[in-house]
Amino acid sequence: MKRNSYSWDAVLMAASFFLLAGALYLVFMWVPTSATSLEGIAQRIFYFHVPLWWVAFLAYAVTFISSLVYLARRGASWDNLACSAAEIGTVFVTLGLITGIIWAKPAWSVWWTWDPRLTTALVLWFIYIGYFLVRAYAPAAQARNFAAVISIIGTVDSFIVFMAIRWWRTQHPSPVVGTGGGLAPEMLFTFMVSLAAFTLLFVLLMRLRTTLRATQEQVTALRQAEE
Amino acid sequence: MATETTPSTLAIEVEAVTKAFGPRLVLKGIDLALDRGDFLVLFGPNGAGKTTLIRILSTISRPTTGRVSIAGFDAKRKPVEARRLIGMVSHDTMLYRDLTAYENLRFLGKMYDVPELEERIHSLMTRVGLAPNLHQRVGTFSHGMMKRLSIARAFLHDPPVLLLDEPETGLDQQGIWMLTETLHALGSEKKAVVMTTHSLEHGLRGGTRIAILARGKIVYQEATRHVDRGRFSEIYRECTEATR
Amino acid sequence: MTQFSRKVLALVWKDMLSEARTKDIFTSVFVFALLTVLIFSFALEPGSETTSLVAPGMLWVAFTFAGVLGFGRSFVLEKEHGCLDGLMLCPVEREVIYWGKAIGNLVFMLMVEVVVLPIFYLLLNLPLDSLPQVVLIVLLTTIGFVSVGTLFSALAANTRARDVMLPILFLPVVVPLVIAAVKSTGLILQGSPWADLWSWLQIILAFDVIFLVISSLVFPFVLEG
Repeated sequence: MKRNSYSWDAVLMAASFFLLAGALYLVFMWVPTSATSLEGIAQRIFYFHVPLWWVAFLAYAVTFISSLVYLARRGASWDNLACSAAEIGTVFVTLGLITGIIWAKPAWSVWWTWDPRLTTALVLWFIYIGYFLVRAYAPAAQARNFAAVISIIGTVDSFIVFMAIRWWRTQHPSPVVGTGGGLAPEMLFTFMVSLAAFTLLFVLLMRLRTTLRATQEQVTALRQAEE
Repeated sequence: MATETTPSTLAIEVEAVTKAFGPRLVLKGIDLALDRGDFLVLFGPNGAGKTTLIRILSTISRPTTGRVSIAGFDAKRKPVEARRLIGMVSHDTMLYRDLTAYENLRFLGKMYDVPELEERIHSLMTRVGLAPNLHQRVGTFSHGMMKRLSIARAFLHDPPVLLLDEPETGLDQQGIWMLTETLHALGSEKKAVVMTTHSLEHGLRGGTRIAILARGKIVYQEATRHVDRGRFSEIYRECTEATR
Repeated sequence: MTQFSRKVLALVWKDMLSEARTKDIFTSVFVFALLTVLIFSFALEPGSETTSLVAPGMLWVAFTFAGVLGFGRSFVLEKEHGCLDGLMLCPVEREVIYWGKAIGNLVFMLMVEVVVLPIFYLLLNLPLDSLPQVVLIVLLTTIGFVSVGTLFSALAANTRARDVMLPILFLPVVVPLVIAAVKSTGLILQGSPWADLWSWLQIILAFDVIFLVISSLVFPFVLEG
């Protein structure tokens, strides 16, 4: 069974490697820069930026649901799932924010704007920083409960943040993401490849991280039994 | 709700209780059964899990696996009913320093719905010898006075189950005698009592049963009258070292 | 009166009595809020024409940070001498502890705000006719602060570095509340009618209701050790 799970990891690793490499080729060599975009070459960030956000969203959704299940059932594996997804989600949110900032400068001519999506992401990022700090600073008996509670509060809060910022910002003119409407077929294809690559990468990272954490806990338990 | 408890139910029942702090297992399968009138003295080195076990019995902490019931009330499913039957003296006094003794007990009495609260407070304060200090702020009390007040606090709702976590901590010999006398005067004979202690000498005197907790397990359990007092310190050393 | 509310009130009464004796929370929070207003006055130099732009921000920064300070105290005081264990031993649902502490926190915060608000009006020479509306916003927003503040205060009190943990957890979560409060206070000071406030009030009310419910539901998990 163990061997089987390793070979799955190998398959996943190979698949996400080739898909990511393919996506890189498509993005930089193959797909034409969108003719309608004002930001020029920077438009290609879109192929990484959006999949990054998709994975971040997916990861935080996993954290939220696992946290709920953890509080209901208290399985250490649910906590493992929640925390691993939170870590990966936060890495992707950070990358999403960075790619967003790089894109925003040529597109909106500012690095940062208090757009609802950006601001919500930033607030959520801060909440998850708190999530990790609490896990580190809380006594072991309580850390998991605390983390689950913060994830639940944070997820609910992000909806209210989004609503509040939207109302706040609609009172001022603000730049709008201009990628709406139809995508050219090449663009759509490139986007889909990239999306698949990042999603596979997420699944792979989740598997590796949860296995690692489970092993860590086993080691701690064994070391304690040794004593 | 009281109808659910039949006279035959044990006062404290612990089945296969484990407690993990994160990945660290502190209690590794504890079984205990105490009837009213049983007085269990729990010995064990630091870090053996004594306080953790007491906290689980008190429903403050919840076991990772296993079951605790107090007079037939499951601690997980009927915690409020179980808590009503528990009195506890811990290392901490659990007293509000800025309130007077009277205010502390009155607040607690309201939380426990103690009937005829005023009379109860006055008679308890007399019992523990603090009647003249009733309206004095707890912050001004000496250590021994606070301990006595915390004993009164534990007895306020006349609980059938008493948990004493190292009650002699910080008390001098006089204080320990006072504690033992107070416990007897307040009728600990009719209650189920679990007391943890470091002091072999003190622990062997009170109590009907003795247990040793080491490395998260109960490694020794015996009725006090069967214990050879002269040899007990040897037994204790063997038990606590064998598991290292 | 039900069992539940009687015990909540016993808890609130205990906190009031304690506070009345020490004035621990009130003094520190009050002085802190006032100092914040003072520092902002120097930093931003609100003149007559910029006051209505700067004032809402000043007020809400002061109240937000005052909240952090006040909520922090509420469970730290319980943790001393094992009082929180004593509360958890009481035969009451954990929600009783949440509501008791939340109501206590609300009263303390409102007491501070009731004193700070007039001083604030006086210092910045704000139009007095805006006061009733501002008071309403202050009341509703403070309820929101208290809803999550009480929960996080219990959580932070159980961590190391608890003085840092509370603001780190509390501040991001109350972002929507602060936005709504600042915006609506600004609108009020500009003399906008009630109707303009509605969308902001909706956000504040939604926050209050949602987080009072969720916090009291998850609170037992925070106490559990």
